[in-house]
Amino acid sequence: MRPFTYERAETAAGAARAAAAPGARFIAGGTNLIDLMKLEIERPAHLVDVSRLPLAQIAETAEGGLRIGAMATNAAVASDRRVRTRYPVLAQALLAGASAQLRNKARIGGNLVQRTRCGYFYDPAKPCNKREPGAGCSALEGLNRTHAILGASEACIAVHPSDMAVALSALGAGIETVTPAGEARTLGIDEVHRLPGETPHVETNLAAGELVSAVTLPPPPEGRQSYRKVRDRASYASALFSLAIAGPALALGAVALKPWRAVAAEAALARGASAAEAAEAELAGARGRGRNDFKIALARRVIAAALQEGRG
Amino acid sequence: MDMPVRQAAAAALAITVNGEARRVEVDLRTTLLDLLRNQLGLTGTKKGCDHGQCGACTVLVGGTRINACLTLAVMHEGDEITTIEGIGTPAALHPLQRAFLDRDAFQCGYCTPGQICSALGMLAEAGAGEPSQATEDLAAETCELTDAEIRERMSGNICRCSAYPQILEAIRDVAATASGVGGAP
Repeated sequence: MRPFTYERAETAAGAARAAAAPGARFIAGGTNLIDLMKLEIERPAHLVDVSRLPLAQIAETAEGGLRIGAMATNAAVASDRRVRTRYPVLAQALLAGASAQLRNKARIGGNLVQRTRCGYFYDPAKPCNKREPGAGCSALEGLNRTHAILGASEACIAVHPSDMAVALSALGAGIETVTPAGEARTLGIDEVHRLPGETPHVETNLAAGELVSAVTLPPPPEGRQSYRKVRDRASYASALFSLAIAGPALALGAVALKPWRAVAAEAALARGASAAEAAEAELAGARGRGRNDFKIALARRVIAAALQEGRG
Repeated sequence: MDMPVRQAAAAALAITVNGEARRVEVDLRTTLLDLLRNQLGLTGTKKGCDHGQCGACTVLVGGTRINACLTLAVMHEGDEITTIEGIGTPAALHPLQRAFLDRDAFQCGYCTPGQICSALGMLAEAGAGEPSQATEDLAAETCELTDAEIRERMSGNICRCSAYPQILEAIRDVAATASGVGGAP
């Protein structure tokens, strides 16, 4: 691990200001960042510890939703009675992710901005455009079984690993931030992450030093909620494909470099299309890269089966 | 005006380990795991993968189980850490330690301190009604520790000798008695 300096932030605005400096990074749960620092894939010059900021509360909003502080742990959010009863898709997605030890440590703000688990991103001996812009993408012709089928580019076919973000996308969550100038702003969950395009190293639309301070949930949607995750092991494994359903809204996980709100499938269903037709509408533009071709069929079948189940 | 002090390559740290207040100087890069093992000599906590994948380094921080390898020591100023050395002694075993012996829940034993610390944290979580992926009714107030629940809740601890059936039996034994519930000693 490379040497770094460290400070414990006392306010969100102070943290954002400090983290805007070149080479500075926030650290909260640290479960992803420290892993990558050990591999020297992350080499921060300075760490701004935001883990003790008073941003872990879960509170009702005036609109009938919930506001979840970004420093709440995954475990705390999944265990919250209001989340479990009113937003079960979110509790299920959180509980489907990582291990209990990691969920006790990881914070939901960090969960949103975690890095991909692409094996080539994790292997400094192999070219990766995320690690080194312009170096090339080893996954295009490589071991790409877990990689993207939607929204990828010739520069990067990695996927975003968060389960939680998929549920948040289906719920239409808002993401509150504090900028280095000390201003508050709110983004929709679908505006946070970027598709790779030519610049896969630029992963979010957050500015340097912009701190995620809270996640806001609108009132629970009418209708069913569920999170279905398909993976190689029954527990403690990343998704090969996941589907969040929140009333009329659908979001797909492990298909792209961002949680994938399935607007085409939603529109098809609203027009009265069958479950299979809706899945087809969403996946019309899907593209496999060889070893991940199966994901297209997998996605189609899981979407169709889950929607069919809902119609009973 | 908040002007936090930037710290140099090392930091002084006050931390409580197994009930004992300690003051240590740490290189900022030191993980909690390396602090425990290399500086405090508490080698019961094991380093397996060092990347949060195996659970051998599981300790309790304020009664909550975490991977000690994926956290910086300097971030634990003022925290109360419990390691396997703080859970029982050969003369006075914790019920979980007794159960692991009775059920022969290990072969090489390398994962065992992590399994026991993890099980202790797990019993507290379940006792508080926290759900898992195996919980059928998320709205339920209490959690019944079925075998499926125990397996799912312990999935962050790998046993390469594959003593899983015996680990399950040992934890099930303790879960069935009140003595196992209630968190860190």
